[in-house]
Amino acid sequence: MSDSPVSPAPARSERTVPPSGDPLVVLDRVNKHFGALHVLQDIDLTVARGEVVVVIGPSGSGKSTLCRTINRLETIDSGSITIDGRPLPAEGRELARLRADVGMVFQSFNLFAHKTVLENVTLGQTKVRKITREKAEQTARTLLDRVGVGGQADKYPAQLSGGQQQRVAIARALAMDPKLMLFDEPTSALDPEMINEVLEVMRQLARDGMTMVVVTHEMGFARSAANRVVFMADGRIVEEAAPDQFFSNPRSDRAKDFLSKILHH
Amino acid sequence: MNVLLDNFALFRHGFIGTVVLTAVSAVLSLVLGTLVAACRVSPVPPLRIFGTVWVTLLRNTPLTLLFMIAVFVAPQILFPGISYFTLAVSALGCYTSAFVCEALRSGVNSVPLGQAEAARSLGMTFSQTLRLIVLPQATRTVIPPIGSLMIALTKNSAIAGSFNVAELFAQQKRLSEIGYNILEIFVWIALAYLVITFAISALFRLLEHRLAVAR
Ligand SMILES: Nc1ncnc2c1ncn2[C@@H]1O[C@H](COP(=O)(O)OP(=O)(O)O)[C@@H](O)[C@H]1O
Ligand SMILES: [Mg+2]
Repeated sequence: MSDSPVSPAPARSERTVPPSGDPLVVLDRVNKHFGALHVLQDIDLTVARGEVVVVIGPSGSGKSTLCRTINRLETIDSGSITIDGRPLPAEGRELARLRADVGMVFQSFNLFAHKTVLENVTLGQTKVRKITREKAEQTARTLLDRVGVGGQADKYPAQLSGGQQQRVAIARALAMDPKLMLFDEPTSALDPEMINEVLEVMRQLARDGMTMVVVTHEMGFARSAANRVVFMADGRIVEEAAPDQFFSNPRSDRAKDFLSKILHH
Repeated sequence: MNVLLDNFALFRHGFIGTVVLTAVSAVLSLVLGTLVAACRVSPVPPLRIFGTVWVTLLRNTPLTLLFMIAVFVAPQILFPGISYFTLAVSALGCYTSAFVCEALRSGVNSVPLGQAEAARSLGMTFSQTLRLIVLPQATRTVIPPIGSLMIALTKNSAIAGSFNVAELFAQQKRLSEIGYNILEIFVWIALAYLVITFAISALFRLLEHRLAVAR
């Protein structure tokens, strides 16, 4: 078991690879505004290599924005973000290179609509990593099998169910061999019966030791796969704790209030 | 006597002139329009300003005036000895590129933002994102308006006839000088334009159809 100060491993975690305590992502006093709205307020967050951090909080609290600043889809006004010891560069080739190391999975899948499933998973490898087509296809097929959609390789995204599309999106991100995966409400756009197939893929990823930041309302996933829960409200991190501790004994009133609303319905 | 049959060589010469002038100008306008559209949606402010100025100037200037600038001003200060055909292609191509740019830009805006965000998240550069992800998806929406622009270009090419370019419309003047009935000349010339514009319509309908099933 890890005794790292940033990430005490919870008792019920299924994880086999304990987080090392070696910081991979560090956010230091990050602030961001959308016009007059102060959407991220003095955010400090460290994610250790191999750690799974679940971000929860009411709608509009800034969870997506937080997630998107980590690969600089949103710029920040002040503070700093480093990934693997390197500060996020400004827009350009260097940033593109860094983004290739950070996988992102969106609520709305965002698969390339004009490309087949296979092409979706090979495109980044061939165009960004400059891997040969044969090798990229081999990797893509392995990954598609791993997420359980190997049989759909030649279809277009619109021909797949939401759950299948999201699993392809995960495979597309994994094909870049990322150091870190960001998930922004990956199951919120799915019909209930498809949520589990996506969560199961994510659980397996967590067991394999992938570093993950997951924005989700799936408390079951947070309990079983997270090392740490980060609770956000109104642009601030209000509370951080191991999942068991957070769900059984939240400290802040905001968290108590939030949990009572989502657990009783 | 029949205007068309008696002067078939003249008509054919004009017809080919119009087709070539239209085709070359169309290619120029599509290439320029795409580049200027890329400027207009790029994250680099000077490029965006260049794109906006290009579109504003060319779209708001009467084409005849552009022709006059191309034919009377450009050769004197920039390119002495350049052919009328090249000048006409430049004027038509640049003018139409402003409209092509705006059609493409509206097409780009019709592609959901998430597509570009997913591409950037994979580490694609701006130009890869545009080339591989956004423009191919924008193409389908922009095919019909660009088809209309190419038809307008065909008809606008008639202005070149007044500037010493041998094309369809210019033959009308020569024939009426010889003494043919002007109405009859016009009917034949109009029919010749219809042949070209119908061909363009058919081509774009085919493209639209092809791209629709490719999804
Ligand atoms: N691009 C944007 N422009 C302006 N306001 C935005 C933008 N994106 C998000 N916001 C606002 O920022 C706040 C936080 O949004 P978000 O990070 O999406 O919250 P969450 O994901 O926690 O629901 C919301 O009030 C939202 O309306
Ligand atoms: Mg959100």
